[in-house]
Amino acid sequence: MPMMMLKGNESTAYAAKLARVKVVPAYPITPSTVFPEKVSELIANGEMDAEFLPVESEHSALSAAIGAAATGVRTMTATASQGLAFMHEVLYIASGMRLPIVMAIGNRALAAPVNIWADQQDTMAERDSGWIHFYAETNQEALDLTIIAFKVAENENVLLPALMGMDAFVLTHTMEPVNVPEQKDVDAFLGEKKINYPVLDPQKPATFGAFVFPEHYMEFKYSQHIAMEHAKKVIDESFDQFYMKFKRKYSKVSGFMVEDADVILVTMGSMTGTARETVRKLREKGEKVGLVKITVFRPFPREEILEITKNADIIAVVDRNISPGFAGAIFTEIAASYSNVKDKPRILDFILGLGGRDVKIENYEEIYERAKKAKSGKFEEVQWIDVDEKSVKEVEGSL
Amino acid sequence: MKITKGVVISEPGSTALEETGSWRTFRPEIRYEKCIRCMICWNFCPEPAIEKKPGEEYPVANQKLIKMPVPVINYQYCKGCGICVNECPTKAIDFVREEK
Repeated sequence: MPMMMLKGNESTAYAAKLARVKVVPAYPITPSTVFPEKVSELIANGEMDAEFLPVESEHSALSAAIGAAATGVRTMTATASQGLAFMHEVLYIASGMRLPIVMAIGNRALAAPVNIWADQQDTMAERDSGWIHFYAETNQEALDLTIIAFKVAENENVLLPALMGMDAFVLTHTMEPVNVPEQKDVDAFLGEKKINYPVLDPQKPATFGAFVFPEHYMEFKYSQHIAMEHAKKVIDESFDQFYMKFKRKYSKVSGFMVEDADVILVTMGSMTGTARETVRKLREKGEKVGLVKITVFRPFPREEILEITKNADIIAVVDRNISPGFAGAIFTEIAASYSNVKDKPRILDFILGLGGRDVKIENYEEIYERAKKAKSGKFEEVQWIDVDEKSVKEVEGSL
Repeated sequence: MKITKGVVISEPGSTALEETGSWRTFRPEIRYEKCIRCMICWNFCPEPAIEKKPGEEYPVANQKLIKMPVPVINYQYCKGCGICVNECPTKAIDFVREEK
């Protein structure tokens, strides 16, 4: 298997090629522009056999992907931030029509203020759109998870679209050594694209995404929900099969030094690497701290989270997003997962790294110190890290 | 309606299976002894849920009209919009609240 120096966007482009994607409709937006560039280059060089559709907007990109996927071919696109927000209504159509489209996202902040850097607000805003969510920590993961996303999305018990998020620039534009699998191995892993759902066929006319009265709408939403629940098992099986073939192990949540940890940090995406390094450093000083990385956010791995964090005193969730007026999305999910558990750890939320602000070891050390203090005495449930509170309070007033 | 993955309907004409009569709050009822069989209601019904039927077996306002077709309301589809009630020139259509 060749090692290549790839940017995150190139990793997902190679994943598209290796998955033998047949249609790529895309509209460029920073930081995911390199994906359509690389895909069109691969097609122009004759390395990839696919149709590239340069459409006029992200809304059209996903609409075209729906049309392509409805013919039964493997379809992929990519976007970020405002582009994803512009796709919003089409995301629900793709999932409601149960089309296994895969989309790579360069996770980026939403305007205003305009900002093109790393932030997971864009995909968190699409939490309820019925898409499966994967998040990569590295460019290797970006490639692998994109290939796995096809396997999961196309499973006949799932048939849902999947997105794969990677942080803007930290992954999308940073070169890392990536082990690019052999074509024959990916072929063996994914298999030929099966036509396991009704497809557009002039010989068999049908209505797709039909109008539905109140008498039936709930049943369609319920069936989507069941499919998402099925995806939990299918994701586990696909991760296992991927490991058998490629010897790279994935799981919906993975722990690092969690066994005896009093404080467990929870992260998602590229910021996990820095957190792991911090945990290693703190462990050398004898601190009982661990780390949980979330790789799959939808379906939410509730059972795995409860299991892996159950012995901790404090769960310190780190959110690179904020729902103004409440908390970050991951905190919300974890707190809700614990809602019917009797003895639970104290769960705290730390907002960090919005709009591409550097995520540093010092930040995690501060989070750890604050979390440890919260074990006894007063604490704030949601805390902002590395933010100039003084300047903000001069304008907005104090709470 | 059959629940399918992706809301796919493979047989055409399924809209006819949606019985929109369940939407009705008021129900138009034709009093045939006042109806002059002018078919204005049939013309105006937007659904259309008023059908033309042979008239011999219906009460008639004037024996001269007995061979004319009559309007008959199909309550499976009548949404109770009341347009027929409003348009009827002889006020032969009552509009009564549905008892459910």
